[in-house]
Amino acid sequence: MYIIVVGGGRVGYYLIKALLEEGHEVLLIEKNASICETINDELGNVCFRGDGCEAATLAEIGTGRADMLIAVTGDDEDNFVACQVAKHKFNVPRTIARIRNPQNEVLFKKLGIDVAVSSTNIILEHIEEQVPTHPLTHLLTLREKGLEIVEVKIPPEANTVGKVVKELSLPEQSKLVLVISKERQPRLATANTVLRGGDQIIALTAPEAEEQLRTALRGG
Amino acid sequence: MKIVIMGSGRVGAQLAGLLDAEGHQVTVLDIDAYSFRRLPADFGGTALVGNGLDQASLIKAGIETADVFVAVTQGDNRNVMAAQIAQHIFNVPKVICRIYDPLRQELYQTLGIDAISPTTIFAQMLKEKIEG
Repeated sequence: MYIIVVGGGRVGYYLIKALLEEGHEVLLIEKNASICETINDELGNVCFRGDGCEAATLAEIGTGRADMLIAVTGDDEDNFVACQVAKHKFNVPRTIARIRNPQNEVLFKKLGIDVAVSSTNIILEHIEEQVPTHPLTHLLTLREKGLEIVEVKIPPEANTVGKVVKELSLPEQSKLVLVISKERQPRLATANTVLRGGDQIIALTAPEAEEQLRTALRGG
Repeated sequence: MKIVIMGSGRVGAQLAGLLDAEGHQVTVLDIDAYSFRRLPADFGGTALVGNGLDQASLIKAGIETADVFVAVTQGDNRNVMAAQIAQHIFNVPKVICRIYDPLRQELYQTLGIDAISPTTIFAQMLKEKIEG
């Protein structure tokens, strides 16, 4: 596969390294001459000096035959334009953009960029996971289906402790999947599963039903 | 008309002054308050510090009820992205942006963005002047 990466910062550097190891044909576009030189010294001749948002640059490096363009500069607007130019001028089948402002995800999707990866959201999710008191943790987002997999912890003092699943007023767009208790084996959640303090519930839910799910499981 | 201008540079500030003088309701948005020094002394519109790529700032600037949005910052990419936010997220009826790079301007024009390239226009003007 021919993959073009725009932006030779830390993300771009490690990305291109990984892609090279996988045996792809890769080219990195970077504006800064000294960064270009360092990367070329280290990884071989993989870095092209230029502006990845400029159609002339993209034409020069044969973007027309690229299978994928990944824009990972630190600026959302630059990543956005690089992907749009690749998509609309060179018909690159798959474009991926890094975004820092999570708000931009909607816009990028709406305007034809295939994948928008929000580095801010990913970092937040990882931190959330490590905060023990956090009532609801995002484990995975299934973007195409508009669903997410979340974990909800049942505190020992919750008024739902001792209730069975069918007694809970769960939102329609949420399904409980697994119950993980401290001293027992993880089991599938059924209508008759009893909630205990300290249980971790893994559930599938629509993002808009998240709040309702949390309340149903942990009490008001 | 209600007009939001992003970028209070020479062009943005002058445009704001002209439109304000004609009685339009003008809001100018810039990330640097110092840029507002370019606005005419009698400017009666609103000058707001904020990033035009940030939807909260745009809402503060009144984009939800704006008739026109103009993006004239120094950055082509910033302008073109802000223009698309205005057009596709906030459905502003008339959106205009400046793109210095003629190739990018051409592309975005075909994508339905009203983009003006001062580079092309100015070069053309110079040529006509030279040829008399």
